[in-house]
Amino acid sequence: MSEKKEYKVIGTRPIRHDGVDKVTGRAIYGADFQITGLLHGRVLRSPHAHARIVSIDTSRAEAHPGVKGVVTAQDLPTAEDKMADLGEGAVNLKYLCDNILASDKALYKGHAIAAVAATDPHIAEEACELIDVEYELLPPVLEVRAAMEPDAPIIHENIRTSSLGETGDKPSNVASHLQHKKGDIEKGFEEADVVIEREFVTGTVHQGYIEPHNATALYNPDGQLTVWCSTQGAFTVREQLAEILQYPISKIKVVPLEIGGGFGGKINVYIKPVAALLARKTGKPVKVLMNRADVFEGTGPTPASYITVKMGATKDGKITAAQTSMAFEAGAYPGSPVGAGAMCIFAPYNTENVLIDGYDVVVNKPKTAPYRAPGATNAAFGSETVIDELAEELNIDPLEMRLMNGAKEGDHRADGPVFPRIGFIETLEAAKEHPHYTSPNGKKYHGRGIASGFWFNIGLESSVTINVNPDGTVNLVEGSTDIGGTRASIAMQAAEVLGIPAESVNPTVVDTNSIGYTAVTGGSRTTYATGYAAYEAAQDVVKQMIGRAAKLWDVDEANVQFTDGEFSSINGKEEQISFRDLSARLGETGGPVVGRATMNPAGAGGAFATHVVDVAVDEETGKVEILRYTATQDAGKAIHPSYVEGQIQGGVVQGIGWALNEEYIYNDEGEMTNASFLDYRMPTCLDLPMIDAVIVEVPNPGHPYGVRGVGEVPIVPPPAAIANAIYDAVGIRMTELPMSPDRLLKAMGKI
Amino acid sequence: MARKSHVQTTINGEAVEFLCEPRQSLLEVLRDELYLTGAKEGCNNGNCGACSVIFDGRLVNSCLVLGVETDGKSVETIEGLADPDKLHPIQDAFLENAALQCGICTPGFIMSAKALLDQNPNPTEHEVRYWLAGNLCRCTGYDKIVRAVLDAAAAT
Repeated sequence: MSEKKEYKVIGTRPIRHDGVDKVTGRAIYGADFQITGLLHGRVLRSPHAHARIVSIDTSRAEAHPGVKGVVTAQDLPTAEDKMADLGEGAVNLKYLCDNILASDKALYKGHAIAAVAATDPHIAEEACELIDVEYELLPPVLEVRAAMEPDAPIIHENIRTSSLGETGDKPSNVASHLQHKKGDIEKGFEEADVVIEREFVTGTVHQGYIEPHNATALYNPDGQLTVWCSTQGAFTVREQLAEILQYPISKIKVVPLEIGGGFGGKINVYIKPVAALLARKTGKPVKVLMNRADVFEGTGPTPASYITVKMGATKDGKITAAQTSMAFEAGAYPGSPVGAGAMCIFAPYNTENVLIDGYDVVVNKPKTAPYRAPGATNAAFGSETVIDELAEELNIDPLEMRLMNGAKEGDHRADGPVFPRIGFIETLEAAKEHPHYTSPNGKKYHGRGIASGFWFNIGLESSVTINVNPDGTVNLVEGSTDIGGTRASIAMQAAEVLGIPAESVNPTVVDTNSIGYTAVTGGSRTTYATGYAAYEAAQDVVKQMIGRAAKLWDVDEANVQFTDGEFSSINGKEEQISFRDLSARLGETGGPVVGRATMNPAGAGGAFATHVVDVAVDEETGKVEILRYTATQDAGKAIHPSYVEGQIQGGVVQGIGWALNEEYIYNDEGEMTNASFLDYRMPTCLDLPMIDAVIVEVPNPGHPYGVRGVGEVPIVPPPAAIANAIYDAVGIRMTELPMSPDRLLKAMGKI
Repeated sequence: MARKSHVQTTINGEAVEFLCEPRQSLLEVLRDELYLTGAKEGCNNGNCGACSVIFDGRLVNSCLVLGVETDGKSVETIEGLADPDKLHPIQDAFLENAALQCGICTPGFIMSAKALLDQNPNPTEHEVRYWLAGNLCRCTGYDKIVRAVLDAAAAT
């Protein structure tokens, strides 16, 4: 894969196929869906962070004019305390169901308790206020260190800590403890000339997608359940519905509509099973929409964490030991991304001696969900800050320090895998040569910081079919939610194989009855894995069409070749026909051509990024302004560079929000006090400069065009890069996220 | 439930009449009564701009306007922007610049940008960022959106 290949379609920037629909307001997102006879659902949520549900009386709500049905956890099949495999790892079924509608305890403010279907959304909302719930209040546990205390209030009586193969003997909020070991950590620290140990705290943050969750469900009398919704994966919605409702998968059809952002937050279901229960109860289609407060309080954010990092290096800059303990808040039920954070934290560096401990801890907050490189941003905030401090102690340029220790092909991560060809060093070199890094930096209260990040990326299952049209275009059918331009990046890979323009491929994302199983749009997998399936399906088309050309010319298939969109006969008869002309002759040569491919590719290839940021710190207000931002990233091969840049820029800005502003603010009762876009402050365009996205291309050997997933890693470096820049500006090491004005002023001793 | 009001207004240049409850916002009326679903609900309290429309020449969050307030007034929505056979230059610029990812905020941004360019045809980058600060985008980091609006200004 080392030679530079010439491509006709890949690497160009065509207009995305769904573009016109999306700039004209015609694209149908989940909440836009309409159907005759529609009822509107609304969910009643717990006002308490931790409470036993003593009783629920729905009679007043049921009697309210316009109300057609009310459901509670009693309407869910009794969930067993057993594990269900949902494709992304095992999930405890009782926890899964209890998070949809609480059965015995409310475990966070915003936990769904009951739901109403009515003729109008306002009536449904009024009726929710008529549901009488008696709660017995319990003390909430709101922070990971407090939850780990031996005398902390217990959230789940049945949780025993699972630690390195052993199970604890008494109830605990620590659901699990994992460990990765490499080399001899004590020996590593003995070899070090400098050892730095720091502790870090990060806040709870939300994915912040602009479109709230939505679902419309319809039960037919024949038992067929249809759910229209926006989701990162229609098939995972189908699986979750089947488990939660204990309903045959063959009777469930999930229709994915356009999705308004997800970033990992639209994989787990919340109101989709509720809509289904209401539809079954009323016999009518029911649409349930969340409002913004529901989204903050009732869906999974990504966890707050407490992380200690200890690293040692020799005086010439070699990192000899790296140790961490990472405690992540899982939220109300086990399952934080601490495992992923543990895979990523020291991955960019080839360090002989590593010890990583991770703890998954339940607290009275919403059950956490993935958010773009889940766990890796929390982790890198710690490790990349400590490396910066080591470099400073040793008087080594922080970029050189990373170059000296950077992981390469053949190095192995502490959690086991050996790196294939990766491009970390190349991202460092690109940053080092960039005019940003070589420009002057030294004004008072201005500072420059760098940080790197890793995300492993995933493969998983994808299916694609390609139908050849008589005019030489093709219809490409796929099951991957298009959340940021993947119709284009998938279609372009098929177009490259077929030798036709990107515009001649019509991609469509279809429902679960209409394509083979396809895993979620997540893990930076879609352009990689579904793109790979499109490549293979296009190869299947070529193979079949070679057969048609052979038949047309009465030659052996082995004597037909396909190059640059032309079929030609070799060895004997001189014949030639274009893809387009042959497409018009499929009927006479045997009938339609349908290419197909299913994949579960193993070679996702890791993604690395290195970021450089300049900040200005306002010494009076503590506000940090981003002056300049450059992000270098190995994309393997950028199929559509504009959308790769877009992923990088978007990830960077989410990381900037995480670094400087965003956090769930709780009062002592466990109530989130900032559940609106006014008070949960995401970056606006006025807060930002242009974001310089530099694409580095080190082809991934695990993909025919060298693609690596690009979506997630750009969120990993920003908090650490900005912390390092703040240090450069004012000489203070910030160890708590977000680095908001009040925290910075406190750290500077101004308040 | 309060009696519904009869409202006569102009939407995208055409006379429109509808019935709505006094409590229904313009956003609800557009989406649920008139099936103009281009305006999106992101927050329903004026903080995200996904429901931006132009109301009597002025950019508003339609979630903060009541449906009944539009009686005798005019409303421009994303659905009225393109000609049947030609996109508006701002729409073209968004496509050319890849200034959208999920697209949920796009109609709001485009209406907001139109309101800006209607009154300031040659904005600076800072003016664009200042004007668009009421519209949240979580996907793009705004870089390509700002470029698209500057390109659209240059093209018209």
